[in-house]
Order: sequence, then C-alpha cells, then structure tokens
Amino acid sequence: MKWFDYAAPRTVAEAAGILASHPGALPLAGGTDLLGQLRSRVRETDLVVDVKRIPELNEISWDAARGLTLGAAVPCYRISAHPVIRRAYPALADVAALIGGVQIQGRASIGGNLCNAAPSADAVPVLIALGAVCLVSGPGASREVRVENFCTAPRRHVLEPGEILVAFQLPPPGPGAGSYYLRFIPRNEMDIAVAGAGVAVTLDDGHIRSARIALASVAPTPLFVEEAGEWLAGKPVEPQSLAAAADLARKAARPITDMRGTAEYRRHLCAVLTRRALEAAIKRAKEERS
Amino acid sequence: MSESTYAVVGTRPPRHDATDKVTGRAHYGADFQLTGMLHGFILRSPHAHAAIRRIDVSKAEAFPGVKAVVTSADLPESPEQMVDIGEGAMPLSYIRGNMLARSKVLYKGHAVAAVAAVSPHVAEEAASLIEVDYDVLPCALTVEDAMRDGAPVILPDLRTKEFGEQTGRPGNVAEHFRHVLGDAENGFTEADLVVEREFRTATVHQGYIEPHATTVLWNEDGHVLVWCSSQGAFTVRKATAAVLDLPVLRVSVTPLEIGGGFGGKIRIYLEPVAALLSKKSGRPVKIVMSRQDVFEGTGPTPGSHMRIKMGARKDGRITAAQAYLAYEAGAYPGAMVAPGAMCVFAAYDIPNVVIDGYDVVVNKPSTAAYRAPGATQAAFATESVVDEIAENLGLDPVEFRLMNAAKEGTRRADGPKFRRIGCVEVLEAMRNHPHYRAPLEGPNRGRGVAVGFWFNVGLASSCTISVNSDGTVNLLDGSVDLSGTRTSVSMQAAETLGLRAEDVRPSVGDTDSIGFTEVTGGSRTTYATGWAAVEAARDVIGQMKERAALLWETDAASVEFDRGVFRAGGRSITFQELAAQLDETGGPVVGRGAVNPSGAGGSFSGAIADVEVDPETGKVSVLRFTAVQDAGRAIHPSYVEGQMQGGSVQGIGWALNEEYFMSAEGAMLNSSWLDYRMPTSLDLPMIDTVIVEVPDPEHPFGVRGVGEANIVPPPAAVSNAVYRATGVRLYRLPMNPVAVMEALWQKESEPGGGSLHSDAAA
Ligand SMILES: Cc1cc2nc3c(=O)[nH]c(=O)nc-3n(C[C@H](O)[C@H](O)[C@H](O)COP(=O)(O)OP(=O)(O)OC[C@H]3O[C@@H](n4cnc5c(N)ncnc54)[C@H](O)[C@@H]3O)c2cc1C
Repeated sequence: MKWFDYAAPRTVAEAAGILASHPGALPLAGGTDLLGQLRSRVRETDLVVDVKRIPELNEISWDAARGLTLGAAVPCYRISAHPVIRRAYPALADVAALIGGVQIQGRASIGGNLCNAAPSADAVPVLIALGAVCLVSGPGASREVRVENFCTAPRRHVLEPGEILVAFQLPPPGPGAGSYYLRFIPRNEMDIAVAGAGVAVTLDDGHIRSARIALASVAPTPLFVEEAGEWLAGKPVEPQSLAAAADLARKAARPITDMRGTAEYRRHLCAVLTRRALEAAIKRAKEERS
Repeated sequence: MSESTYAVVGTRPPRHDATDKVTGRAHYGADFQLTGMLHGFILRSPHAHAAIRRIDVSKAEAFPGVKAVVTSADLPESPEQMVDIGEGAMPLSYIRGNMLARSKVLYKGHAVAAVAAVSPHVAEEAASLIEVDYDVLPCALTVEDAMRDGAPVILPDLRTKEFGEQTGRPGNVAEHFRHVLGDAENGFTEADLVVEREFRTATVHQGYIEPHATTVLWNEDGHVLVWCSSQGAFTVRKATAAVLDLPVLRVSVTPLEIGGGFGGKIRIYLEPVAALLSKKSGRPVKIVMSRQDVFEGTGPTPGSHMRIKMGARKDGRITAAQAYLAYEAGAYPGAMVAPGAMCVFAAYDIPNVVIDGYDVVVNKPSTAAYRAPGATQAAFATESVVDEIAENLGLDPVEFRLMNAAKEGTRRADGPKFRRIGCVEVLEAMRNHPHYRAPLEGPNRGRGVAVGFWFNVGLASSCTISVNSDGTVNLLDGSVDLSGTRTSVSMQAAETLGLRAEDVRPSVGDTDSIGFTEVTGGSRTTYATGWAAVEAARDVIGQMKERAALLWETDAASVEFDRGVFRAGGRSITFQELAAQLDETGGPVVGRGAVNPSGAGGSFSGAIADVEVDPETGKVSVLRFTAVQDAGRAIHPSYVEGQMQGGSVQGIGWALNEEYFMSAEGAMLNSSWLDYRMPTSLDLPMIDTVIVEVPDPEHPFGVRGVGEANIVPPPAAVSNAVYRATGVRLYRLPMNPVAVMEALWQKESEPGGGSLHSDAAA
C-alpha cells in the first residue's frame, strides 16, 4: 500500500470541493472494499476523502408519501436493525444482514456497495427491484439517477469528478408488496455471489400486479431484467408464470466463465434463483396482506 | 475401551498454554519485535515460467528508506549436497533456487529479489521499482501437460530416475517407481468383477491461518539469530545454515508460537533471505508474508492424476489391485507420491498388487507436506472404486471393507508387513455406530463411507525434566506445539512421575537449549517426544532412587517407585518430600530423554458422511459426519478429538471447494480466503468422533500418532455419499457446485438418465 493523505469533510459541499480539486482522490465510506483494493494495489490514490461525517450520508428517514431516504454511508448493521426497513423493504434488510459478517456490517454501506460498481454487489439488485433512485451532489447541480442506470461497466459508474452519492430514495411499497434477495454461493457465508436475484412484487387477489427483477454477477453491471417483471404483471400467481419469468431472466443474463462458475452454469442459476426469489417474495407479500 | 489403570493418561486437564492463547498474549511469528528492526518485502515473479535476462535493483536501492536489496547473486555458492528438510531431503541447489530464483523463474510467485526498508510500505514500494527483464516461456501446469511429448522442459538438468536407476532421459518426470506384490495380471483373471477408473485432484493448500513470518539478525559476531514460526526449529536451523553455507553452530533458531502448519511450515522460505538483508543492512529484518504470498510462494499439496483398477470375486474377496499415481511436484522434484503409494491400498489385504508412481515437475509452487501427504489423493481414488465394487456385488460397503481389511501380518506392496494395527477395529466401530444405522430421510440425500491410513513416523526427540524443591517439575522439549503437545507430552511425564498434569510446567526450547528434535509432523510428537519425556521421567526416578537410598543408607536397586512414592525396607517417602531434600543429597536432579524410535504404529481412520445435494444448483451440504480413528492410546482425548475434527474439516474442504484455480498462463486466480473457499464453521455439521484404542505394542503408553490419518477418508466418503444421493459419481476434486451440476446434466442427457429427484419447474 502506498502512503495517502486523509480528509474528513463535514458537509457535502466541502467534500465535493475537495474531490473536485484533487483528481484521483477517492471517497471512503466503510472502506471494506476500498482499503483492500489500496492494500493489494488494485487501486492507488494520494488522497482518501472520508464521507462518513457528513450528516446527510448517515441519515435514515421515512415518510409515508415519499418513502425511505437512506444515507449512502449508513452502515449495514443500522439498516438490518431498522424496524421500518424490516417491515416495508424486507429484501433491503436481508441484504444488509448478508453482506460480509458482523465486523463488515459494522462498517460497510449500501452507497459503497453501489459505488464500488462490482457486478456481484449484493445490494444493487435489491435497490433496483425496489425502484431506488440515487441522490447525487457535486460542484454543479444535484441530480437524480435511477440505480439501474448508475453502473456503466465493472468498476465504472456515472459519477463525474467531484460528485458524491448522498442518499437513496426508495418509493413507499404499495399494499401487498413483498421483496426478496437470493444469491448463490458455494459456501453458506462469506462468499461472492456466483449469481444473485433481487425481486419485488405487489399482489392483488391471486394476481401479480407488478414485479421488478434484477440480477447480480451475470453481466458487466448489475442487470435489471425489466421484461421479466413486465411479463409477470397481471399474471396469476402460478408456477408456470414464475417459471416463464425465470426463463426470461435466464435469457437476459450475459455471464462470463470465471473461477466462480461457468457462463452456462450462471445462466442456469439465474432461472433457479429468480424462481425461488419470486416464490419467497410472493410468500412475504401474502403474509403482508393477511 | 479398556478400564484405565492410569491416573493422568486419558484425562482431560486444561492445556498449559490455554490462557496465553485465549487472551492473545502468546507470541506468534509476526508479533516479534527488535529495536532497530527493518521490514522486508519479497518481489515475486509475475510469470509461471520465464528466463531472467537481467535484474536492475538500482532504483530500489536509491529509494528513500531502503537499507538493503538482495537477489540470488547474494546467495553463496557451495557444492551440491542433500539437505534434510524434515521428513525428507532435497538437493541444496533446489532449496537455494526456491529461495531466490537464479536464471529462471519456475512458477508465478517465485521469489526474485527482496528489499529491507524502514517500513513494510516503503519496502513494497521500492520493490516495485526493481526492473526484471523476463523472457516468458511456455508453461506446464498439470502432470498430463508436463508428461506430454514436447512439453516445456522446466528443469534442464533433470534426468528421470526409473526403478531406482538414473536413465539419463531429460524431461519433467523426476522419478518413476513401481511396487509389486504377487501377480496382478493373474489376480485380475481370478476376479469376477474388475473396475478401473481415472481420477484427478486439484492442487490444494494447507490453509494455516498464520502466514509465514520471520525475524533474523545477522549479528556483528557472525552469528545468525532467527525467531520464527515453524514446525521445527532444528530443521529451520539446518536448512538456513545450508543455504547460507554456514556451520549449524552459527545459526540459532528460537521457535515462536505457530498458528497452524499442517506440514506446510516444515520447509523454509524467508529465513535466508531475511538473513542476507540483515547482513547487508546491519539491522534485524522481519518478513511477514501476505496471504497471496502464502498461496503463491509456499508449498501446497500436489494435484494428481490417478488410475485405479481393482478386481474382486463374487464372494467379496479382492483379488488384485493396480494403481497409477502421477503427482505434481511443483517446481522441484518431491511430490508426495511415495507416501501416496505406501497408503493407496494399505487398508486392504490384497494378494496381487502393482503400483506405479510418478513424481512430475510442473510450473506451480514447489509442493510441501500436507497432513498425511499423498495419502488423501490416493484414498479418494481407491475408496471410490472400492465403493463401486461393493455396490456392484450387492455388499454393504463397510462389510465389504471388513472382508478385505488389512490386519497383523498383511504385507503391503511397498514392502512392510503390518504389526498390530486397528483397521478392523475402526471398521467395526463404524459398522456399530448409530450414525451408520440411522435412517436417512428426505430426497437427494446419501450416505458414504471410506477408510484411510497413515503410517506415522517416530524420529528423534529430546526432553529434559528438572525437579523443583516443591516436587513440581519443569519440562523442556524441542517440539513446536502445534496441537496441544505441551500438555500431551507433560501428561506422559506426569503419569510416569506420579504427578498431576498441572505439576509439570512445559516449555519448548530453542536450538541452543535443548537436544536435537525433529519437526512436529508425521504425527510424531505425542508419540516420540512423549516417549522422550517418559525416558526423562524414568531418568529422574532413577536419580531420585539414589537420593532416597542415600537418605536411608541403602542400595538404590532396592528402592521401588510407584505412583509418586519411593519405598525400601518398610520406609517410604513421597516424590514431593524427597524433592525438598535434593540440596542435602547432592544437588539438582535433571532427567534427560533422547529417543529415535523407528517403528511407529500406523493409524487407520474412517469416515461416515451424510450429504444433501441441491439438484438445481449442485451444491453439496454435509448434514452429518462421523470420524473414527485408532489412537493407540488417547493421552488427552479432547486433543485427539480435535485432531479428528480438524482433519475431517480439511478433508471436506478438499472434497468440495478448495483448489488452485489456475489461468492458462499459470497464475493462481483465487489467491485469497474469499475465493479459495475453505469451509467455515457455518458450512459444517458438528463432527462426531469415535476414538478406537488398539495400543501400539512398543510405545510406553501405546500411543499412535493421530494428526494425519483423519484427513484421508473424507473426500472419498463425501464422494460416495454424493453418488448415493444423486446416482452420479464424480472422479475429480473438488466436487464444487459447477462440477456436480455438470455431472447431473450429463446424466440427464444420457439415454435412460432422466430427471433425478428434482422438483425443478424451470
Ligand atoms: C470480508 C468481506 C466480505 C464481504 N462480503 C460481501 C458480500 O457478501 N456482498 C457484497 O456485495 N459485498 C461484500 N463485501 C464487499 C463490501 O463490504 C461491500 O461492497 C460494501 O457494501 C462496501 O461498502 P463500504 O462502505 O465499505 O465501501 P467503501 O470501501 O468505503 O467504498 C467502496 C467504493 O465506493 C466509493 N464510495 C463510497 N462511498 C461513496 C459515496 N458516497 N460517493 C461516491 N463514491 C463512494 C469508494 O471510493 C470506493 O470506490 C465484502 C467485503 C469484505 C472485506
């Protein structure tokens, strides 16, 4: 690891100023991705800008009309313990309790999970399925970016120099909503998704009113399979519907073969995980309705 | 188990080093500090096979904070000799070549140069400024690649040894040997059923949690002082002295606590390099490996290519067996194929056997010992074939093994005839265990069994015992404590002296303070160092009898000792009372024991594994696992159980997910804990254990080493269970989810295959 300087701004404007005037400076949230990358020299920088002391990045707030505002640097342990998130966005609570172990969850943030821009990031399919929007601030005007449009390639995203991710805005779940995240890993914990499926559904009497499905680890970026969700809308809750949506997810996947699995195997997993995640989300939605 | 006549042996006292280990006070390799210490960093080859044209270290030397830079040019030259590196010998040129590459790099991760600087970060930064001009060569990564005609030649001077003779043939096969018993060809014609199968296993690492770490001071008087974590200080001393061309007297090694070794911390990697850096800089130098260095730069265990053929009669008698074992040595000869050949059919009494072994160099790190080195690969193959034969003959797999089990008098194809062994007892314990009889409910579940053998070694150990005036004793031995041996050795001394375990204060000596002691390895420490402690205790008793005789004005020969009390002619005195009178009777009593036993009794181990296979993902979950092992005599049953559980877990990891995942260019792509995928506690059931005790007839307490045999059966037991769960047999390790899924697809695509018990809707 190379020596680097460290800054800890207290406001979004201050952070944006520092980042804009130091090309190559890197934001630091929990550091659970970044510090490992710096140590192994996958990345190098002369300046690390800690964003954890900025209040907006540490906020969790809920409003029945606007939904959930989740600060980008909020550590996972606060998310999985949050009563509103557990009730209204169960898949988000699941994923916050699944990233790493207890020590990692004490530091790791959902903002960091997205900004690291790994195809395998577990929280990202969940954010996409839940319809989350990124609130971005920088030297220019603030802007909103839908999570499915945030990552552009492995380790690349849409933030301009000087911009930081401040928070996520998640719409309030409608009645009969259920969400679920399921990843496949060869071990039971502490592993990287070979493939993952995040789904959110809303039900009305025996039918699927709406559904959103997104996949991890099967494309250069987390993959929103819009067509699978659209196809499901209005379909009865039956195994055939789920199998057909799962097949659409399989077809959308563009995986590679690497040490974690072959492309063929990953495509197969997309169908299995999508179907199983849909079943689980539907079960939750039914419990929510009863 | 027999009713124990022992007071200490067989009990479970707390370990002597427990508090330091639990509170974190124990000093491991990386904890050691000296004033003025520098930090070393090793630059490693990015290529699996390349000629080194030029190394330019000038920029690194000029980097602020750098105090020394070394390359192989700093290593001394000295005539070729074989150097004992613990459990075997290796030519000095190979040991030196592995320390710092000379004209060629032979694997990715091969050390090329080293820097010492004021901080680890400065050293690393400076190392990146070293310019190495490589001529990249094609590489051979598996035995099949390396044995192919026209394969890249890895060691130009290597000539194949065949059947003990030099052939003069160049190539990558260092040795081909053969063991023959009876007439295999004839034996196969007697068989009603012959099964021949081909197997492959991946390179795997021991996976000790503590990375290699050393601190070395080349003192102004020319004496080299080493503090390191290793499996044996004397082996480190010998190898370091040989590489540096120094007499052993000029090297002193102090062993620090070790955070796991499993065979991988017998050989040295860092000490001579740190010594050269210290000599150049005049300061002590510490080097700590990263996890990636450990995976890429130290010795894993060989990947293998094997064929096993076995024939049996309808009545269940095995008539003949044949093995082809080709193991990856890594960059230098020394694949553990010889021990593999000793173990491959060791569990069975087979009249006709042929075993061919091949030691093959490949462009991977030079392999090292790993818990029963060579035996696990071989047992995976043999026990899979045995299982298939049992099934085809309609016999219970444990009964079939019992019908053919090796026993006292059985001859192994590699020569030795078994003395008293516990193979039958282990199999009977498996058969009688409730696990074996328990119903296995639910779809996609299966139960598999397997057995395995490790021969164990004796070798040299030294121990001294000093008697304190209050009747307690201090015990010093030369065995690095990997697994609670301070306690298991002390217990044997305590039993002999009639003391309690806590009356003994054990410590592990450095090379200046205790007699020569071989490495902690080969399952030998509780056996051989324990024996040395018994000898030292007997020496103490002999000297104490003389003191009692002096007090009682009688003859020492008339003094008897039993359970802590000396008696003669109606008088008696306790060990403690007599200890208080040592000053008046001639001064301190120091007992010594030095042994070199050769006939260690081997240990058999068995495993029963229940698995469930997810038919949609191929993931194998181990639901229940029982390990059975012959311990001869369990000195401290908790530690024996711990060894059995540890070996089982490592075997399960080897079976399911662990492997060196290599790129075509020879880079290990998964050199981190994240992607190397050892099982964690969340991936395992509680491992149940059954200790079988068939005492070794020669050892004072009947001890058989228990550190290794337990890793041998699990991969085969798991594979046999996967077969019973799915109808699919896997012939390659690891049986990771992709491999299992592909096998399931293959079966479905075969005529008559059809779906398994899958409820898949997709
Ligand atoms: C042992 C271990 C286990 C893990 N397990 C998992 C797992 O199961 N699933 C999983 O998905 N990941 C896992 N990870 C990876 C990591 O923990 C997660 O990706 C985590 O969510 C990253 O969050 P962080 O706050 O630590 O990010 P950091 O490391 O601080 O940052 C990550 C990246 O985002 C950038 N960044 C951070 N915040 C901002 C911001 N507000 N604006 C702009 N850029 C920003 C940083 O510059 C950096 O490039 C694991 C890591 C470890 C070490």
